[in-house]
Amino acid sequence: MAKKTTHSVAERDARTQKKIVELAQAISRMTLSGREPQLSIPTRTKSNTVWNRKKGILEMGDATADRPLFDLKTAKQFMQTMLHASTIKDLIEARKTSSLRGVFYKAKHTVAGTKENTFDTQDESDPILEDLEVALAALREELHVFAENRGSMVGNITIVDKGDEIDCRRMGSGGYALPSIVEPDVIQFKKCEAKFILHVEKGTVWNRFNEDRFWEKHNCILTHGAGQPPRGCRRLLQRLNQELGLPIICVLDNDPWGHYIYSVIKQGSISLAFESTRLAIPEAKFLGIRAKDFRQCGLDDAVKIDLTDNDIKRAREIAAYPWFEGHKGWQKEIQAMLTNGFKMEVESLITKDISYVSEVYVPERLKAKDWLD
Amino acid sequence: MDAVSETAAKRRKGATAEEMATRQRDISVSEFFAKNRHLLGFDNPRKALLTAVKEAVDNSLDACEEAGILPEIAVIIEDLQPDRPATAKSSRYRLTVVDNGPGIVRKQVENIFGRLLYGSKFHRLKMSRGQQGIGISAAGMYGLITTGRPMVIHTKPKAGSAAHHIELAMNTKTNRAEVTTDDEVKDFPPARLSAITPGTRALVAEGGFLSPETFRTGTSVSIELEGRYQRGRGSVDEFLELTAIANPHARITFVPPSRDAGADDDASVLAHAEASAATKATATTETGGVVIYPRGVQELPPETREIQPHPKGIELGILLQMLKDYEATEKGSLFTFLQERFCRVSSATAAQMCKAADATSRTRAGDVEAPQAEKLFQFFQDVKLPPPPTDCLAPIGVRQLLAGLLKGVSAEFYAASSRSAEVYRGRPFQIEAAIAFGGDLPADEPARVIRFANRVPLLFQQSACSSFKAVLETGWKNYNLQQPRGSLPVGPLVIMLHMASVWVPFTSESKEAIADYDEIRKEMKLALMECGRKLGTYLNKRAKMRREGERRDVFERYIGEISKAIGAITGEDAKRLYDALHAQAKRKTAVADQQLDEDGKVVREQEESDDDGVLIVPSAMGVAEDAAVLEPVVAAPAPKARTPAASPPKAARPAPAAAKPAAAKKPAAAAPPAVRPKPAAAAKPPIPRRPSQDGPTLF
Ligand SMILES: Nc1ncnc2c1ncn2[C@@H]1O[C@H](COP(=O)(O)OP(=O)(O)OP(=O)(O)O)[C@@H](O)[C@H]1O
Ligand SMILES: [Mg+2]
Repeated sequence: MAKKTTHSVAERDARTQKKIVELAQAISRMTLSGREPQLSIPTRTKSNTVWNRKKGILEMGDATADRPLFDLKTAKQFMQTMLHASTIKDLIEARKTSSLRGVFYKAKHTVAGTKENTFDTQDESDPILEDLEVALAALREELHVFAENRGSMVGNITIVDKGDEIDCRRMGSGGYALPSIVEPDVIQFKKCEAKFILHVEKGTVWNRFNEDRFWEKHNCILTHGAGQPPRGCRRLLQRLNQELGLPIICVLDNDPWGHYIYSVIKQGSISLAFESTRLAIPEAKFLGIRAKDFRQCGLDDAVKIDLTDNDIKRAREIAAYPWFEGHKGWQKEIQAMLTNGFKMEVESLITKDISYVSEVYVPERLKAKDWLD
Repeated sequence: MDAVSETAAKRRKGATAEEMATRQRDISVSEFFAKNRHLLGFDNPRKALLTAVKEAVDNSLDACEEAGILPEIAVIIEDLQPDRPATAKSSRYRLTVVDNGPGIVRKQVENIFGRLLYGSKFHRLKMSRGQQGIGISAAGMYGLITTGRPMVIHTKPKAGSAAHHIELAMNTKTNRAEVTTDDEVKDFPPARLSAITPGTRALVAEGGFLSPETFRTGTSVSIELEGRYQRGRGSVDEFLELTAIANPHARITFVPPSRDAGADDDASVLAHAEASAATKATATTETGGVVIYPRGVQELPPETREIQPHPKGIELGILLQMLKDYEATEKGSLFTFLQERFCRVSSATAAQMCKAADATSRTRAGDVEAPQAEKLFQFFQDVKLPPPPTDCLAPIGVRQLLAGLLKGVSAEFYAASSRSAEVYRGRPFQIEAAIAFGGDLPADEPARVIRFANRVPLLFQQSACSSFKAVLETGWKNYNLQQPRGSLPVGPLVIMLHMASVWVPFTSESKEAIADYDEIRKEMKLALMECGRKLGTYLNKRAKMRREGERRDVFERYIGEISKAIGAITGEDAKRLYDALHAQAKRKTAVADQQLDEDGKVVREQEESDDDGVLIVPSAMGVAEDAAVLEPVVAAPAPKARTPAASPPKAARPAPAAAKPAAAKKPAAAAPPAVRPKPAAAAKPPIPRRPSQDGPTLF
């Protein structure tokens, strides 16, 4: 079985390799025949995302944007794309992987004869890699690039990561760090008793639940994605959902950002719409916290954080997302937050009691199936 | 009644009319100007030195031109108190100006140098630098007053004969010269001058200083005077530099004194440093301290005709005087008087005029009564007459303006325009303007205005001058320049204005500012607008070229990286890819190449679209590598910079260096591409290139 995996990886690498060479050859052909070189890159913008109502996910449309070399707006990106293509080809050839940061540093240097850097910050580099993913129709791991580990997991499950068995019941206080590539050839699920997954927004809340052994008492898996969950985290949640049939229940802040995270987990994001089929979990549920909780839980005034103008704008945008637009529950929820005029973090429940969230709030809501989906 | 007696009683005991009469007497002009020497430009030691130089140089240029001789002028300033303390505000100098003009006949020497208001230029209407008959004698008088020393004159009116050597002092009471020495000498120019500094000795050895072959005739004037030599604005150096610009046909050598007073006191050191930092020499060269302003064009300005006054430009008193003079010399009729002593008066017009003055064509000029003269004068004002002839004017000319500016100002763009002649108060005049832009000129300072009248630089009283007002009133914003309200435009700009006239209306005897006549200011503004439009067009074009150039920079920067990356992926030859991309980049940004093209796309375009008077020095734009090289001119010293050899052209272009020699052999045949005064310039020798970049200058 191990042999088969190696074989398929080699095949996959050869495929990716070929795509890169073809891309470069196309540019070279244009150049030598006197045509102006240009790249054609599928557009990762809102206008090129389509809401697939049936599947309940965001998908990328067919629009592409030309990236000509001889245009001041795109010349530098053109160069950066080619530099990264070359770096990735080298990585695949050497059978090595590199972090996003590593690729950034590999390609960062001073442009010969100038004082200008090929890349100034990693923020410039990461989107270029995403461009390459879509241009080559190759996933990040196929490009041998990974992101930093982000997010953690504990719970009643045992997995195998690159051949090592990991018992997520015995992960101490830190949990299992979620790698960025969690494809079946890297991670397999071995033994799972858990009946659902409780996904919380950030590490501090996750700590509370872990310390209170929530996953043990409620027989579940407990994850967080350090804010907006990275691809590794989302992909793992999706696999757990699809392969093991575990429902995903989210506990996020009561603010536009929390709503947006839920939306990304559920439907996918605009910039990664091309990966929605691998990442989106249409049946993910939003348990809290809810606008009504301030009254319902009898919270102190001190937990209120005023909505900013930007928050209000953001909330309206989210309310207009096609998947929220016709959703009465969500329309009511967002409206309620706007009517409140304030937002609340999950931690605000601590004002009741340190373990109120893990011992009262979530269990009660779970029992009542009081969530939005 | 009481009041009257009271007044009488209160009256102080004072002079009676009789007593006063004993003190009432003639004031000689020389006494008057000796007391009011500021009226003549001798207000302080520094300006006095400059004014003396100016009067002598103006006279030399006038004399040379009138005699049809290409001017060769030496200005020598000797410091006679080199060991004075550093705190001394002034020093004694001996100024000597030598020219290769026609010389002065012996009997005129006393009158010319020893009398104020004696000259050949006052009574005629002819374009010349001097017009009043005060200049050189006033300088001598100032010298005499401040040092007690007489003027020393050497003049040689006949080639091959001996020169007169005369020393004379003006008696200010009588306005007459008192001669102290009068003999004949063999050596002209005076041999003493050739050996005055090591620098002059070196130049003499090369034949570049006071060579007897060049100075076959001529005049040398020496004046000892109290003065102050300090470089910078309003200095002798500035005057000579500007004179060279407006007189590209003259060759001037200058031996400055050993000490610059400005270097003595700290306060002015700064001013001096600033002045020289903002300026950079282009055309002048220096040999052992001797500054040489080389000749830029080989031909003299066209000879000018003297004209008679125009009836509309005359005042009643003058008319009366003219009638008297005519009676005294000619004893002719009013009818002939009008035709002979005025321009634009035909016999028919003269008859009409006689009639208007209640006279007949036979009435003698001397019999015309004052009331008749007044009627005549009134008729002058009402009658329709053609404007005065304008061939009495010798403008500098567009080509010479460009040559002069190119010589003196290191810029990237030059434009000039010469208006056609106009008339103010019955006197013809002509305005010319030129501008230099960019290059080494300071970018954030107000433009520098340089003013000329009959080719003489005007260094003082800028704000009182019509030229300056014309510059302020011109809307420079229209030509892509900044201009704060009511101020000079700001930018790397030199603006030159020249007024040529048979009589320049100065605001004072020191001839420092042009009086503000509407007709004159209007012409000045029109000339400036012409130049401004050319500049505006150029700036637009340049901005476009810059943008394209920047674009190509961007592309060129990245294509190296791109070809390497592609090469690494596909295994192709990165160099080949690079070349292909580079060719594309060039094609994409072809505009940036325009000014560099050997066959001059932009140049041709401009020739079609507007008239002449533009000169572009691409090398000053920081693209020296591709600079079109200006053709050398015979008289210029050996070029040190901007030669084809120093800047090899890119191989990609049709080798311009190879194309040059043919043109260089017969420089008159083809103007170089970037230097295009006008297609017609093909017939004239091309504009001189800048001979060298070193040496002091004012810009
Ligand atoms: N270097 C010279 N060579 C020949 N003639 C000269 C020279 N210098 C002066 N003259 C003659 O002497 C005359 C008097 O000169 P002066 O400078 O006193 O008056 P000007 O030049 O006529 O007028 P202005 O007062 O405006 O200078 C001149 O008109 C000219 O005829
Ligand atoms: Mg004079």
